[in-house]
Amino acid sequence: MLLNENRNCSCNNMNNDNEDEGRRIDCERKEELLQNIRCHEFAINELALYLDTHPEDRKALCLHKKYCNELKNLRDMYQKVYGPLTITYPCNKWRWLEEPWPWEGGEN
Amino acid sequence: MWTYNKMLQYPINIKCTDPKLAKVIISQYGGPDGELAASLRYLSQRFGMPDQKAKAILNDIGTEELAHLEMVGTIVHQLTKNASIEEIENAGLSAYYTDHGVDVYPQAASGVPFSASVLACKGDPIANLQEDLAAEQKARATYEKLIDLCRDNPDVLDPLRYLREREIVHFQRFGEALRGVQDKLAEKKFYMNNTNNNNCGCNN
Repeated sequence: MLLNENRNCSCNNMNNDNEDEGRRIDCERKEELLQNIRCHEFAINELALYLDTHPEDRKALCLHKKYCNELKNLRDMYQKVYGPLTITYPCNKWRWLEEPWPWEGGEN
Repeated sequence: MWTYNKMLQYPINIKCTDPKLAKVIISQYGGPDGELAASLRYLSQRFGMPDQKAKAILNDIGTEELAHLEMVGTIVHQLTKNASIEEIENAGLSAYYTDHGVDVYPQAASGVPFSASVLACKGDPIANLQEDLAAEQKARATYEKLIDLCRDNPDVLDPLRYLREREIVHFQRFGEALRGVQDKLAEKKFYMNNTNNNNCGCNN
């Protein structure tokens, strides 16, 4: 990349959502939503392992589908306000750097 | 391929520095029955599995073990990140500190660095799955020993209990996969022969 190269993009892809709206960080709400996502991820993983060895179990399959649909909505809701959970989430600015990393919890 | 999910599989928030606990818990990071060994074992063995169920279970449990590796690393990090030099010395971590500071280095509690010699890929699906069953039991036993040692620290105890329970679920699933592979290998072999066209197109 040349030092003085223009890195602005003239496409209109950056103006099609309102991701910065409602970005007031409410830590309690954020943690609650994240915990709900974690619970869904856990249930889906657990069902997936079970389905790997019991692929004919319709009840497990149905639950898996239900949790996957719920998870999709929860992740969309979370990422819109609190930033991306994976690098496949589109952003108008590089928000991947903004939130702390998962290992940075604790209060000591 | 994998995509990183910016969250822990189970939350970890440790309030008190305690390098003594980090010194033993690190064994589940890079020790003989640790999460790194587990993940590499399953993700490497999956290539040679004869049936779909066994491939899937090794793939998916191998992936979950990476999430556990991150959890154990997080515990070690949070237990040591603000430790004073006195605390490090009193925990018997002077040698570790000399080589690694408070980075999280894959090694056993005894100080032996991680080695792939703790896992096997035997070229035999039955032998490999039997090893996986044993590995889950050894990891469970290790977590139980760590739970004994961490009895006074609920912030550490809670994720360790979670990790122990996962070993039990994985053991169950590997047992089912092993049964599937045994059934598959016991099937009678039959050979297809296309009688309409026995000619070979090659010029040999």
